[in-house]
Amino acid sequence: MIELFGGMPSYMVFFLFAVLALFTRGHLRSLLMIAAPVISGIFLWQTGQGEEISYTTQLMSYELTPFRTDKLSLLFGYLFNIAAFMAVLFSLHIKDTHQHVSGLIYAGAALGAVFAGDLITLFVFLEVMAVSSTFLIWARGTDKAIASGMRYLIIQVISGVLLLAGALFVYSDTGSLSLTQMSLDTVAGVLIFLAVGIKAAFPLMHNWVTDAYPEATPTGSVFLSIFTTKTAVYLLARGFPGEDILIYIGAIMACFPIFYAVIENDLRRVLAYSMINQIGFMVVGIGIGTELAINGAVATAFNHVIYKGLLFMSMGAVLHMTGRINGSDLGGLYKTMPKTTILCIVGAASISAFPLFSGFVSKAMIMSAVIYEGYDWIWLALLFAAAGVFHHAGIKIPYFAFFAHDSGLRPSEPPRNMLMAMGLAAALCIGIGCYPRVLYSFLPFETDYTAYDTTHVLTQMQLLCFSALAFVWLNLRGLYPPELRSTNIDVEWLYRKFLPCSIRCGMAMMKPVYNGALRLACGMVQIVFIRNLTRHHGPEGVLARTWPIGSMVLWVAVLLGFYLMLYYVL
Amino acid sequence: MSVKDEKTYFLDKKQNVKRIIYAFYVLCAGLVAADFIVHRHTYHDWENFPAFYAVFGFVACVILVLLATLMRKAVMRDEDYYESGNGGGDA
Repeated sequence: MIELFGGMPSYMVFFLFAVLALFTRGHLRSLLMIAAPVISGIFLWQTGQGEEISYTTQLMSYELTPFRTDKLSLLFGYLFNIAAFMAVLFSLHIKDTHQHVSGLIYAGAALGAVFAGDLITLFVFLEVMAVSSTFLIWARGTDKAIASGMRYLIIQVISGVLLLAGALFVYSDTGSLSLTQMSLDTVAGVLIFLAVGIKAAFPLMHNWVTDAYPEATPTGSVFLSIFTTKTAVYLLARGFPGEDILIYIGAIMACFPIFYAVIENDLRRVLAYSMINQIGFMVVGIGIGTELAINGAVATAFNHVIYKGLLFMSMGAVLHMTGRINGSDLGGLYKTMPKTTILCIVGAASISAFPLFSGFVSKAMIMSAVIYEGYDWIWLALLFAAAGVFHHAGIKIPYFAFFAHDSGLRPSEPPRNMLMAMGLAAALCIGIGCYPRVLYSFLPFETDYTAYDTTHVLTQMQLLCFSALAFVWLNLRGLYPPELRSTNIDVEWLYRKFLPCSIRCGMAMMKPVYNGALRLACGMVQIVFIRNLTRHHGPEGVLARTWPIGSMVLWVAVLLGFYLMLYYVL
Repeated sequence: MSVKDEKTYFLDKKQNVKRIIYAFYVLCAGLVAADFIVHRHTYHDWENFPAFYAVFGFVACVILVLLATLMRKAVMRDEDYYESGNGGGDA
């Protein structure tokens, strides 16, 4: 099969099938779309069985490495294939060609970025990801989605520009474009760090996630939740493992979004905030940089894609069936959507890291690594974040969507393909939670870590159950903040409100000055330019006596004279 | 979609909700009791505090929710805050 493939990188299958999907309809297209991640996955599996590959090629005078495999990139490769399969299956019922094609291209480009061995290949794939994913937001078709997609695209492009600038600095410093570990002591390192930081939703640069993901289509947000941020996590693990600053950035990321998540009404926006919190855990792991910590970060990324995908799918199913997604409009859906409810609860239990669910076996590694390395306060912050995750993602999402007050909505279960995709994700969550060895064997470093010892299980159960007890107590006392129709302002206020307003105010203030300047300029032009022009070219002018060709000859003569003079002078 | 439906579901009965909550209380009590029976490994002095994780989980979540509720005073705006393009309503 390898021969048949002719050494072409496995992700090319996605691009090929995206083109085919463009020209097919109905069941044939569904079949092709499902086949893409399966075929690509089989090829990748075969590639992964062999030696590590590094395929280089020459473009102009640059040496590029468009395909490179090692344990780290292979793990993300497998993950993206599984996740793409899940997301494609979830979106089969829709008839929208734009979404199908851009979804496949987005997945293929993410795989391309993960296997890129040099910065230029990486840049190209990241840009393809940015553009293709924007269509998944625009496909919603609302004014809000179109504006949000535009902001998303601009921010992604800014990240791309920073990366390209960083790549050029790397090239001028080292003469090589290869993607390896970088240092924050160089300009190149800082530029690339910022570029990746935007994509990883670092604090202050995080609002594109919470702005765009909730505006995408129900199926689009599942694709979006998988690729961009996790590619960034991969790049941090590749380029900046062990950078101290990541520990503090990660801790902030893990803590601040949970406050927003508690008061947010749009349940997909709650998931977007909780995504930043989860990436925070991974970033801390990468910052610690020990083998255990990196393994923990990567394993969390793997599990996160699946349980967060499951949660986005369950909320997508709710939005698809009811047309609503605000906590204030939902409730009581368990009555007619029991399967979706159970699948959502599996996702919620996994993200909260309940024993026997996938989150537990990976988050425990990061927590252990943090405490082994003696970062006490960071550990405490992460423990707070872990309790908070259960609170907003584990309880709030299923509670307000499926239980709480009865909204009177009685939607039926979503289409079968949606249920199957959610069922697959839920099976993976439980499977990995019960047999973590399988996942551990694919991690970048050998590990004999055991998540299931009495201490871990007991302490985690105590933490979670008493977080839930706090929820019950606050609810019974009426202290829990009700779901309100509202917008909560965040850093995005700066570019969505402050900047446009100050430009408008500035324009209003500058208007008299501008008008004055315009009048003055017009006057000057009239005096200096037009009068002179009339004098020479007007009816009485010297140059009007000959054909225009005459004046041309004159000017050429002047120019030549000037050139001659320069020639003698220099 | 919102057809009137008279069927009574499991959680419509107050009694069932109460039962679930009591079962949950028992679970919580059991977990705290286990703390005194099972020997935990500890890596840090803080962990030696009896039922450290239970207390931390409860207190952390109460603080989280109360702070977040307070935060609403500062950050909450109308639903169409960003769409009202004339710049009105700035804090």
